[in-house]
Amino acid sequence: MGWARKILRVDLSKGTCKSEPLNMEWAQQYLGQRGLATKYFVEEVDPKVDPLSPANKLIMATGPLTGTMASTGGRYSVITKGALTGAIACSNSGGYIGAELKMAGWDMIIFEGKSPKPVYLSIQDDVAELRDASHLWGKTTWDTEEIIKSSHHDPQVRVCSIGRAGENGVLYACIVNDLHRAAGRSGVGTVMGSKNLKAVAVRGTVGVSGIRDFKAFMTATTAAKKVLADNAVTGQGLPTYGTQVLMNVINEMGALPTRNAKDVQFEGARKISAEAMHEKRLSDGKANLLTNAACFGCTIACGRISQVDKNHWSVVNSPKYWGATGGLEYEAAWSLGAADGVDDLDALTVANMICNEDGMDPITFGATVGAVMELYTMGVLTKEQIGIESPFGSAQALLEIAHMTAEGRGFGKEMALGSARLTAKYGHPELSMSVKSQEFPAYDPRGIQGMGLTYATSNRGACHLRSYTVASEVLGIPVKTDPLVTEGKPALVMAFQDATAAFDSSGTCVFTTFAWSLNDLAPQIDAACEGGEAGWSVERLAELGARIWNMERVFNNAAGFTAKDDDLPARLKTEPAQSGPAKGLVSGIDKMVPEYYKLRGWDAAGVPDKETLARLGL
Amino acid sequence: MQKSLHIDPSKCTGCLQCEMACSYENHGVFNIAKSRIKVFNFEHEGRKVPYTCTQCAEAWCLNACPVDAIRIDAATGAKVVHKDVCVGCKVCTIACPFGTINYVADSGKVQKCDLCGGDPACVTACPTAAITYVDADWTGLEKMRQWAGKTNTQSRASA
Repeated sequence: MGWARKILRVDLSKGTCKSEPLNMEWAQQYLGQRGLATKYFVEEVDPKVDPLSPANKLIMATGPLTGTMASTGGRYSVITKGALTGAIACSNSGGYIGAELKMAGWDMIIFEGKSPKPVYLSIQDDVAELRDASHLWGKTTWDTEEIIKSSHHDPQVRVCSIGRAGENGVLYACIVNDLHRAAGRSGVGTVMGSKNLKAVAVRGTVGVSGIRDFKAFMTATTAAKKVLADNAVTGQGLPTYGTQVLMNVINEMGALPTRNAKDVQFEGARKISAEAMHEKRLSDGKANLLTNAACFGCTIACGRISQVDKNHWSVVNSPKYWGATGGLEYEAAWSLGAADGVDDLDALTVANMICNEDGMDPITFGATVGAVMELYTMGVLTKEQIGIESPFGSAQALLEIAHMTAEGRGFGKEMALGSARLTAKYGHPELSMSVKSQEFPAYDPRGIQGMGLTYATSNRGACHLRSYTVASEVLGIPVKTDPLVTEGKPALVMAFQDATAAFDSSGTCVFTTFAWSLNDLAPQIDAACEGGEAGWSVERLAELGARIWNMERVFNNAAGFTAKDDDLPARLKTEPAQSGPAKGLVSGIDKMVPEYYKLRGWDAAGVPDKETLARLGL
Repeated sequence: MQKSLHIDPSKCTGCLQCEMACSYENHGVFNIAKSRIKVFNFEHEGRKVPYTCTQCAEAWCLNACPVDAIRIDAATGAKVVHKDVCVGCKVCTIACPFGTINYVADSGKVQKCDLCGGDPACVTACPTAAITYVDADWTGLEKMRQWAGKTNTQSRASA
């Protein structure tokens, strides 16, 4: 069936773990992972709930293709009400733990309540129990994983955990699995920390056996893998250069938000690009990049494994950063680099390691540093307040602030707020480059107009992964559109949002969509999953995507969000791009939103019409 | 022609498609816990290494088996465990110097790579050709070709 048909409900207040059958009626409507877990969430949780109260819940969910031979079939998502945003949160991660959870025989875990003391959840196939985690509290994600593997006497156990950031209430804490993969955005790790839940350790030996038609499944997945291998982006660009392939491309387009989005091009971009990661350093003759790496089941392998120069000033006295570990992806290279004006590749790599080690979203962290650097430049924040001179471009400041934030000391406690709350506290909310309190990533809406609408309407706050129109506006996938115009973008964004919601509910990775459309996904799901007489068609998946999108929207509206929250920071609307192809342009967001609402079947206030909801079965 | 599994760890990305294919081929289930090929992740060195039975010419597991449950497949040269004969004594797992024959608690028998009868599923599944099935006498041919190519380049560069 694709599904394991079983969910684990963990009541942290009572300390109980119970097995429940998966609601198969909902599975037919919402598929799995993002869609199905969000359905459970909105049915069980009051939209007005304080994200950090025991009444909030946190769901870890796999999709029907998780743990199968479908390429990239190793994803899992964390669904909760986000600590950073107060909106529905859904953060997706690869690595190996999602597949392990599925192979242990579970579709999802629902955590509710709050444990009176630190605990971790141990799952060994169908045996699940909460265990004391007082010895793990205060430890990094790296140490937590090592201690659990050692105490379980099992090197094959998979672990996801929060680091000190999640314990200390850093509002953009993430949940890190397999050392350097993360459910990164919106503060899902903060919610986990608020429940005194330190980690989940999973060992699965049951496997995934309920595929509807194994033969058809092997045929469909083999064909889909060939599509990925034959595609220039997924077959060559991503394995060779990773997502960092974009750094020079986006900079050339004049769409690289630089120094807290004051500029759209970064003079240091080449020094922090994929090409630079391949080049041998002058200092030790070695390249930053060691090799690429795949998550479970992935035949693309975009992951970066890097190693910094042991004699780099930032690590010369810290041997724990000398080994090979997860390297820079494009968003992190941008947020820690261009957004802060820092062009020291090894320093960025170390800052990224600190984010992995203690579980912080590097996008929000780096963008918040950018806002702090601007406040410092304006004289609003001083060296005495921050603890270090913090002009744009200071790698020293970046790393010192990273350590302070991870460890929860000094100015790190202010950093924990994220840019929206921090800039408001110091009287300059306009300097937060965020939507719904979540910082936007590495594509400037002045140079790539569709991404402005993507950020403004994303249900989890500003984010590139809800409708990656960069594919169309930059790479020409599936068709090339002009990045500098707003015309046609509302329809483009909507189509991407719906398709992405379907991919996010399947167990596969959204990066497949550089090569795959729903035409490639549907046969794989149909072979894996019972779908009734209709089966799983492209049309059904697109409608499912729209259903998920509207369900998330209804939750956010009930949580108190309104049309005024579907907007971009004033800077993007009033300060034109100063260089590059987009020179003189601002974001045309105000033109796009009303058209988008109309296409969505929402009223002028951004509320879905009754007809729209009825059409989607909501 | 005798063929042999050839593993090039430098090409391995750690995707585990090989382990999935192995478990599906032999157990009809996607379950890496049941795979006969294992990918080891040397995290701090950034290396991933697939590892399985190399089909020793003089197989220690075969020689150690007290009930002759391990026999040579004449077509492939694979040392194959005959499950109906195996008594699960595990002596072969002690004899094997490489640890590539393993006990399976569910069945009470041992299992090892049998080259899938001459069409190894792991080879088909590997997306990067880190695992190949090649002429047993020429497992180093690809490496020879690479070095040959470099030699040629150098001579031209110095000319």
